[in-house]
Amino acid sequence: MGAAFPLAVLALWELLSRGGVLAEDGFSRPSRFFVAGAKALADGTLLAQTAQTFGAAAQALVIATVAGVTVGAILGLFRPLERAAQLTIDALRPIPSVALIPLSLLIFGFSREMSAAVAAFACFWPILIVTTAAVRGVDPRLIEVGRLLAFPLPKIVLKLALPAALPGILVGIRVAAGIAIVVTVTTEIVTNPRGLGYAMTMAAESLQPDLVWATLLWVGVVGWAANWALEKLPIRR
Amino acid sequence: MTRRLATLIAPVVFLLALLYAWTLAADAKLVNPLWFPGPERSFAKLGEWIATGALWSPLASTVWRMLAGWLAACAVGIALGAAIASSPLARRLLQPSAEFLRPLPASALLPPAILVLGFSNAMIVSVVAFGCVWPVLLAAIHGFGALDARLVEVARLLNFTPWQRAWKFQLPSALPHIFAGMRVSIAIALIVTVASEMLSSQPGIGYLMLVAARAFRSTDIFAGIIVLGALGFLINYGTQRLEGRLLRWR
Repeated sequence: MGAAFPLAVLALWELLSRGGVLAEDGFSRPSRFFVAGAKALADGTLLAQTAQTFGAAAQALVIATVAGVTVGAILGLFRPLERAAQLTIDALRPIPSVALIPLSLLIFGFSREMSAAVAAFACFWPILIVTTAAVRGVDPRLIEVGRLLAFPLPKIVLKLALPAALPGILVGIRVAAGIAIVVTVTTEIVTNPRGLGYAMTMAAESLQPDLVWATLLWVGVVGWAANWALEKLPIRR
Repeated sequence: MTRRLATLIAPVVFLLALLYAWTLAADAKLVNPLWFPGPERSFAKLGEWIATGALWSPLASTVWRMLAGWLAACAVGIALGAAIASSPLARRLLQPSAEFLRPLPASALLPPAILVLGFSNAMIVSVVAFGCVWPVLLAAIHGFGALDARLVEVARLLNFTPWQRAWKFQLPSALPHIFAGMRVSIAIALIVTVASEMLSSQPGIGYLMLVAARAFRSTDIFAGIIVLGALGFLINYGTQRLEGRLLRWR
């Protein structure tokens, strides 16, 4: 039932394109872009580009997780510090991630790090906020036990606070994973000569509408699959 | 008293300390000064843009595109969401497609949109609208669909037409969901607008910054980041206030 609508759209698209209503140099047509997609999939280019995109997104997620969990744990344990940092967080968080593309381009050049740095900035905030809240919500008696046992602070954080806060933190990382993919594709489309995003820009600039639409469809499928997998992860708050 | 004073001052001190650390790092040339100007040079650049008026025209273009795409997406999303929610058939037919398109990065639509619409304002506004429509649409479907069973009963007793029921009962109960969706959307609108400007070389803050990067003018980049950060902050604050005011009856 859910497949009926997209199939109808594709059929109508094909008809309108064959009838000359939709200009072929822009809209291509389904019969063409499925062929182009199959070809790019068979010769491995599409898969290599997918690996590049996901590699950069994974790097971003790792950086953001380490930074976000560290800062979040500190802010969650020391309430006065959290209150003091709030204004700064409110000032930095609304910076749209794409605003950092020119800066990242200057610093890292055309590389995986360039996309990863921009995406890591975007992923940092949800992880930071969720970690702060989760660590703050840890039973104070648990921390008290650590103090009584004369644990040093890093041990209290690693052995007591973070494990107790882990379910909440994982929820934040899952949200960030979705953001990482979107921002990575965006930086690739705008400037970075790597990955799926650039493949689309390149295909558009070399006037290959069939490859543009095929890659877009592939980005949709991969993005949806990643999202589905993330939602299936056994993470509950 | 001193406690309250401390809670008021501490956040400002923290922010100033961070700015000072930025100054020190820039002065000590910890990072290559070519791409890392200190805050005073960055804010001086911003002041220069404001004084010469160079800021207003690109800022106006960026804000206009963002708002146009966002408002179009809100109108389409609410109307379509109400229609889908009111018909179980439409829901079964369209909701899977909406769920499939939701995780698609809006910027991925840029290359095909450029092929179809060329480098133009219309292209940017359409891509922004596409990116913004999903949170509003899904929120509207959810909001219009989740009407309290007692209110459905009341509507039936009062012999409401479906139109009356949608306007008097479903819209008010859906509004909190819709506003939440609209707030998510406007953040997306800003991001997609800036990305589109960078890719399509249309005059705006995004394009200004990318040109600056190509010319290694890092103060311009930082001034641009400050402008976009302020814009993002204002949007966030503004929509929050507006939401609070419009939903005061709850």
